Amino acid sequence: MNQYILEIIYLIASVTFVVGLKMLSEPQSARKGNLWAAFGMTLAIAGTIFLYESKDPDTHTSRESIKLAFIFAGIGLGTIIGWATAKKVKMTAMPELVSLFNGMGGACAALISLLEFHHNVGHPERIAVIMAGMIIGSVSFSGSNITFMILNGTLSKSYRMPNYNIINTILMLVTIAAGIYLTVSGTDSMILLLLVFLLALVYGISFVVPIGGADMPVVISLLNSFTGLAAAFGGFLYGNQVMLTGGILVGSAGTLLTVAMCRAMNRPLYSVIFGAFGESTATASGGQATGSIKDISITDVAVLMNYSKKVVIVPGYGLAVAQAQHVIHELEELLEERGVEVKYAIHPVAGRMPGHMNVLLAESNVDYGKLAEMDDINPEFATTDVVLVVGANDVVNPAAKTDPSSPIYGMPILDVENAKHIIVNKRSMNAGYAGIENNLFYNPKNNMLFGDAKEVLTKLVAELKTM
Amino acid sequence: MIYIVILSIFVGVEVIGKVPSVLHTPLMSGANAIHGVVIIGSIIVMLNTEADNILLLSLGFIAVVLGTLNVVGGFVVTDRMLEMFKKKPKKS
Repeated sequence: MNQYILEIIYLIASVTFVVGLKMLSEPQSARKGNLWAAFGMTLAIAGTIFLYESKDPDTHTSRESIKLAFIFAGIGLGTIIGWATAKKVKMTAMPELVSLFNGMGGACAALISLLEFHHNVGHPERIAVIMAGMIIGSVSFSGSNITFMILNGTLSKSYRMPNYNIINTILMLVTIAAGIYLTVSGTDSMILLLLVFLLALVYGISFVVPIGGADMPVVISLLNSFTGLAAAFGGFLYGNQVMLTGGILVGSAGTLLTVAMCRAMNRPLYSVIFGAFGESTATASGGQATGSIKDISITDVAVLMNYSKKVVIVPGYGLAVAQAQHVIHELEELLEERGVEVKYAIHPVAGRMPGHMNVLLAESNVDYGKLAEMDDINPEFATTDVVLVVGANDVVNPAAKTDPSSPIYGMPILDVENAKHIIVNKRSMNAGYAGIENNLFYNPKNNMLFGDAKEVLTKLVAELKTM
Repeated sequence: MIYIVILSIFVGVEVIGKVPSVLHTPLMSGANAIHGVVIIGSIIVMLNTEADNILLLSLGFIAVVLGTLNVVGGFVVTDRMLEMFKKKPKKS
């Protein structure tokens, strides 16, 4: 009887996942969708705790109080930590947090496989599933931790060994081979199992470390779908439908999202993984930009903007780092009051995750309708008086269109150079995330406004108010 | 089982197909929370062991903590992101 109730619960949970994801893809219903999925998840977890019975006659399911105590303590602890971290974190740190939580899921999957190995020896089909879950889960775990460290700045630059591609490929093959050996030979060797676990962890690190920061969103999304796969393998192992549907859903949706992101940057997935940005930096600087850079004072910017008809703001990660999203909204309102049309041009990969900028600007109550996507805004630059680029760099780099040797060549960019005036706010002349020189700064129409985005914008707002 | 896999793949692709890039981050985060279902596996591991196998119970405990972190953290972060989209219509 309980079995049937549980099956129905799982079915309901799977449906809430699908409906939740569907609702998440529309702005109006997104929040509800998330709550639906969370509701389904709670139901599935509670159902498993109280109703689950093993279908395998060899294993015995029981509910001694000590076990339940362990389970509830685990859930309690995880809830408190998870809730507190998620509530406390700054909006700018969102991407790395998602990555961290993703790693937790991967670690969970790997641990399950470690624990299930011993008493499933002798069932090659189960060991195969266990191996797959463990390897993918471990790669996702260690890889996500590296993305976390890269994003929060602990690992400031990408490290790469000579021939890292070959080393990585060999490492991956060895890991898989060891997994296959354990499956086929049927040995019950804990040492070998731990070795595979370790190899997979190392592979996860060496797989992510050489990838440049600019590609991190793609990597997070990829690892996200990895963890989905790992969960799905868990579903296979237990014949558990909700794990299977949940895992596969995330796996396929995540893969699609990854591909969509790659397309936004016009780079095939394999080049993200095997030929990271940094490698080509040397050749890119070969096309050294020439010309002079012009500074501009805040007062001049204020005057310029005050007498413009149309201003387009291009926000980038620099804006997020400086926490300047509220000031920029203030600036926008001030200009609107004076009859200046203001829009935000959002590049698909602005920030460190697609949509990151939208989330940030939404936080400071910027009107949804003012956020224009790249394809919609590009034709408008010709009629724009002033473009204000705040902390963005690679997404406005004309080299993507003109310089075939540039590593970002082919990436669609915002055509800010068509505007009458360009003002770029940056902290320094350092190259952007992809580590490439930007010719835009040497454009005669361009003026540099050096300084921290928040400071500069605050002064700009103050200056405008006096006019 | 294979039916479920293939159907789920299609559903996943269909559902994500037309998402505006504005929602990519919350969507990724929401999907991230959903693969926290893996926690169910860790509960099953614990339910199926002997009650005196403390080593296994402890490791299972860690797995449950990690899985819960994934689920709770994932959903709460997603909710926080989406909360921001919600606020605007009220204000303007």
